[in-house]
Amino acid sequence: MSSRYVVNKLAFAVFTIVATVLLMFILFRMMPGSPDRATKNPNMTQAQQAALREKWGLDKPLFPDQLVSYVGATVTGDLGYSYKYRAQPVTEVIGGALWPTVLLLGLGELIAMVLGLALGAVSGWRRGSPVDRLGNGISLVLYAMPYFVIGMPLIMLFATALHLLPTSGMSTPGAPSDLLTTLGDVGAHLILPLTAVSLGLIGGYSILMRSSIIETRAEDYITTARAKGLRDRRILWTHAFPNALLPMVTWIAISFGYVIAGAITLEIVFNWPGIGTLTVEALDARDYPLLQGIFLLLAISVVVANLIADLVYGLLDPRVRA
Amino acid sequence: MTTGISGRRQWPLPKQAVPGAPLLAVEDLSVRFRMPGGPSVKAVDGVSFGLDDGEALGIAGESGCGKTTTALSLVQLLPGNGRISAGSVKLFGIDLVPKTERQLARYRWREISIVFQGAMNALNPVRRIGEQIAEPIEVRLGQAREASRKRAGELLELVGIPRQRATAYPHELSGGMRQRAMIAMALACDPAIVIGDEPTTALDVMVQAQILKLLEQLRRDLGLSLILITHDLSVIAETCDRTMVMYAGRVAEEGPVRRVFTAPRHPYTAKLLSSFPNIRADRRTLGIIPGQPPDLRTPPPGCRFAPRCSEAMPQCTTEVPPEVRFADGVRVACHLFPPGTPGSLPGTPGRAAGAPRALAGGVS
Repeated sequence: MSSRYVVNKLAFAVFTIVATVLLMFILFRMMPGSPDRATKNPNMTQAQQAALREKWGLDKPLFPDQLVSYVGATVTGDLGYSYKYRAQPVTEVIGGALWPTVLLLGLGELIAMVLGLALGAVSGWRRGSPVDRLGNGISLVLYAMPYFVIGMPLIMLFATALHLLPTSGMSTPGAPSDLLTTLGDVGAHLILPLTAVSLGLIGGYSILMRSSIIETRAEDYITTARAKGLRDRRILWTHAFPNALLPMVTWIAISFGYVIAGAITLEIVFNWPGIGTLTVEALDARDYPLLQGIFLLLAISVVVANLIADLVYGLLDPRVRA
Repeated sequence: MTTGISGRRQWPLPKQAVPGAPLLAVEDLSVRFRMPGGPSVKAVDGVSFGLDDGEALGIAGESGCGKTTTALSLVQLLPGNGRISAGSVKLFGIDLVPKTERQLARYRWREISIVFQGAMNALNPVRRIGEQIAEPIEVRLGQAREASRKRAGELLELVGIPRQRATAYPHELSGGMRQRAMIAMALACDPAIVIGDEPTTALDVMVQAQILKLLEQLRRDLGLSLILITHDLSVIAETCDRTMVMYAGRVAEEGPVRRVFTAPRHPYTAKLLSSFPNIRADRRTLGIIPGQPPDLRTPPPGCRFAPRCSEAMPQCTTEVPPEVRFADGVRVACHLFPPGTPGSLPGTPGRAAGAPRALAGGVS
């Protein structure tokens, strides 16, 4: 991979994030409700209000002063304070919700990716066979189902009816806090939402991989591999699969980018204390600094995922490296 | 004639090999393609030919006449909708037609390898050429990775590519280099037969000449048995011992290159030859063959070339011409040369009679 390729991609990623930051500055200042309105309290004196406005920098013009201080603060990692969470810094609030989401959706993505790509590859390779009909049928059904449609029957069956697993949340309140018990407890809480997210994501991976494999199967170098007398399985996994994976990298990246965005509905259904749940709470409370922070995080994660995709693409496909 | 192939072969012949059998004998081969919502198409119809050890056979004909289909069906690499509907393909006397995919894999590349047209697409774009050449050595011959890499390097040198280039990807090589790499790959298992499927078609004239020179040299040095498929008769004239001219899925004429090209018997061969420029002949215009090959879904009864043939007689449109063999080693399927023509061998069973035909290809 040439360094120019890497530098190009990096520069583009930085540019995208800067543009997002600027756009958010404009967007949030166009929204109704502002700190300004909180200062219009009839019980406060004019002098008190003016002092507050000055403290928050609202007495200065939007451009350039407010923009400069906003960008400056953002760059130094100061995202302001949450209204809802009693003036806790936004970074702390988001940080607390981040790892449950990464745990749940990251694991879910990994499981779905491995199973979905394998299922799609086998389906496409044996196009029209019973394996394909079953695999592709299941994939289509799963792809069409939103997370909560998958999640709710799971809760009803395994939690409510069979009492095998906890219904919601991430931990049992009041449980002993030694490491082993905690791990077991989180694990038990994780099973149902993880199953739901994996099932929900498998379909997309499988359907795309299937069509990619079908396309690859018609390539001349697959005929060459057959002419070489290689076993069918070897042709699939060493000649067709790596080539079919190339167009998938972009999809995987986009999919991973939305890990942080979380399946909002999924987290709500399972009452999972992640970014999705936090987003809904912030919206409810009109907690703009918090929302702003979440949006920034989403934008960065999508951009970074795409950057990684571009770099991985360069590693996988020698033709891109030049 | 000795069984199979000469001393260069490193490993024994397959156990089922018939002693004294010719290297390759294809008899009455027919290939059908299933068509969506229609009758199946017989792309190859009753084709017979043979190949002796060290011999080079050139299969000629227009696009769509069944050359490539014939060659690919030898090791059954036909597309999913194609299958052999009749005939036999005997390698060392072993019929490959009834073999399963798994059994066939044993014969692919180790016995019959293929140099495909357009090596850009025939080589895997994301794997280094050295790896691709070494793969059959490692997987098929069971050699260690190091040994097969080393052998791949030697093969590259053999076709005129420095072995350091083994780490190159296909897109990093020129068209001629890619075709050379493809040839090196075809030689990896030291196969009994190498099929060249239009190996020079996608190349410019200079590179084409280099590749042909390489093939000739390899043939001489390694004693390769070669089947060369091309629409370019000059390529066959330069490289091959025998030629088989096909038209619409059938053999029109087959025999030693010199005989067929200097004294063509079948009007199609004659037309085909006259449509190529000849630097020595004082000809200002090239001959053309009016019309186009028939639609194989509804082939004309009788001789398939009859609608385009200037010599056509009434019986040509009704009767399939039988193949007649001549003393000079040529066989031809044309009503101009009915059984009993002076110079023909007596008692040649004709195709129309439905009897099995004598095997051509110099089995003496």
